[in-house]
Amino acid sequence: MKEKNNTSRAEKLFAKTEGENLKEVQGLGFFPVSSLGLIRSGFGKGICEAATTNKNIVALTADLRDSLKLGEFAKEFPERYFEAGICEQNMLSAAAGMTLNNKVPFVTSYAVFNPGRNWDQLRVSVCYSNCNVKIIGGHAGLGTGPDGATHQALEDMAITRVLPNLTVIVPCDEEEARQATLAAAAYKGPVYLRLSREKSLHILTKKDTFQIGKIQVLERGKDITIIACGLALQFALKASLELRKKGISAEVLNCSTIKPFDEKTVLKSLAKTRCVVSVEEHQIAGGLGSVLAETLSQKLPLPLERVGVNDSFGESGEGYELLEKYGISTANIVKAAKKVLKRAGKKASK
Amino acid sequence: MAILKEKELKEKTKEIRRSIISMLAKAGSGHSAGALGQVELYTILYKEVLKHNPKKPLDPNRDFCIVSNGHTCPVLYATLADNGYFPKKELLTLRKLGSRLQGHPHKGLLPGVEHSGGPLGQGISFAVGLAASLRRDKKTNKVYCFVGDGELEEGQCWEALLFAAKEKLSNFILIVDRNYIQIDGSTTQVLHLDPLDKKCEAFGFHTISLDGNNPQDIRKAYKSALQEKKRPTVLIARTIPGKGVSFMENKVEWHGKAPTKEEAEKALEELE
Ligand SMILES: Cc1ncc(C[n+]2csc(CCOP(=O)(O)OP(=O)(O)O)c2C)c(N)n1
Ligand SMILES: [Mg+2]
Repeated sequence: MKEKNNTSRAEKLFAKTEGENLKEVQGLGFFPVSSLGLIRSGFGKGICEAATTNKNIVALTADLRDSLKLGEFAKEFPERYFEAGICEQNMLSAAAGMTLNNKVPFVTSYAVFNPGRNWDQLRVSVCYSNCNVKIIGGHAGLGTGPDGATHQALEDMAITRVLPNLTVIVPCDEEEARQATLAAAAYKGPVYLRLSREKSLHILTKKDTFQIGKIQVLERGKDITIIACGLALQFALKASLELRKKGISAEVLNCSTIKPFDEKTVLKSLAKTRCVVSVEEHQIAGGLGSVLAETLSQKLPLPLERVGVNDSFGESGEGYELLEKYGISTANIVKAAKKVLKRAGKKASK
Repeated sequence: MAILKEKELKEKTKEIRRSIISMLAKAGSGHSAGALGQVELYTILYKEVLKHNPKKPLDPNRDFCIVSNGHTCPVLYATLADNGYFPKKELLTLRKLGSRLQGHPHKGLLPGVEHSGGPLGQGISFAVGLAASLRRDKKTNKVYCFVGDGELEEGQCWEALLFAAKEKLSNFILIVDRNYIQIDGSTTQVLHLDPLDKKCEAFGFHTISLDGNNPQDIRKAYKSALQEKKRPTVLIARTIPGKGVSFMENKVEWHGKAPTKEEAEKALEELE
């Protein structure tokens, strides 16, 4: 393994930047404004791109056009845009109906309502009938910030990944969200796309190719695997640098498709590292950590530590402030890493 | 409860509006227009109509105020503080980490908050259930419920109306903040609700249309609601979103925006 060359992604991401106009991201450091983007904007761009080539793509929203970055789509394709009003249940079943007329509906609202409030409609109107509907849940996770617990979806991965026929995707940044939107449009079948509200670092570039069901190895390592998704991935990458200072080489996986889960890549990494930490801004129960626990216990029982929200609701506060408070932080990942290394019978520093 | 003198009420509503502006500006996010528009409805309810005891917020004999349109909670918080439920200085902690004043109200965290609102449509069912159970127990407590007009697009609201009418909930008084705005534009553009009064009547409600910023109208409407003995009442209160701050009035973009420091200063000047 050519470790030296391949560690550059995290290093580049967190290289010291100087100059004016730096923005602080709590827990991550100072960055030029240009190195941050909105995951939701990736969706907004992606759906416009996809709609240019596929005339059957339509978009629906429930009084949240701009929050979900559909302004551009509504302007470009007014005849393919539906304002459903504050009616998430009607919106989703209506979208399913549109598929009989060959439409490919993208249904948008906040994740707490879509797929939260309209979960039964998702289960039966969409998934049971295997209708080609794309469900876009915005403001997922603690990154939602000051609106508070009512608006912070921490359970959406759990309630979607148990539905047959449904694909579940959690993009980590703007570019991945753009590509995931294109992939969802091209894929025939229901897809749930989970989007955070907070700005995040540009981790991926146009050279990376997102594929449904494929985990991307972002950092090569041999001592421990860290698997993360969404906004939390930034902390996993930063933790790998901290661990390296202690002489521990961490392999970092971007698990943007929660379902179907890319067992092959995970098991391959684990065969080498023999221990793993999962990181997500979601309840530990039911999310990425659970997927991993289920997989490992059957296929390769090895020590796992899970970082995420631990059976509590969120609250009002700034997005990154909340991530830190609820333990989705570099320090907490490093702590979990040390613990799991110990459990695996390895030294926690060299 | 005494009726406030005209001048007193005017001062009080200005004071509440100043609190709303200050807390939103300090928070840096939140919903201005709806909160400002409902100030008269809240002030008169809490000062002249609602049976409540801020010293005993859980008094079993109290009337209940359920806020279904939870995003407009700055008006609830400012009213509760004004009535002595908690110290006024706490208003400035709105939406900050560790605050009891959550971005959307959290039942059990702050005295006077009876319901966790925010996800639109739930509060109205919560209120109707409470009213139905009180009525079965032959208790005399009233249940007041604030709902947004955009919120009324939720199917759940109409399920609640059906149930309230069927259960003959004369102890239930629904107050619609009819300000004709929501997030994506005017309620008329987004999802047409009119004729709302006819719809409510058809659903079996004692229906009163009023100017929701006019104290005389409001008092008359509350009084008429309390005299109704057979049916639930709905007050369709036409309000001006952003009322009291010239640059916010009737502007959709102020639905979910907080004033900057400079804007707040300007607003506070107007509210002197
Ligand atoms: C179920 C649900 N869907 C969407 C939202 C997001 N949202 C918050 S306020 C709002 C508009 C509400 O309009 P209205 O009730 O008229 O309130 P106003 O804008 O007048 O304050 C929306 C869509 C929500 N809180 N709950
Ligand atoms: Mg409104």
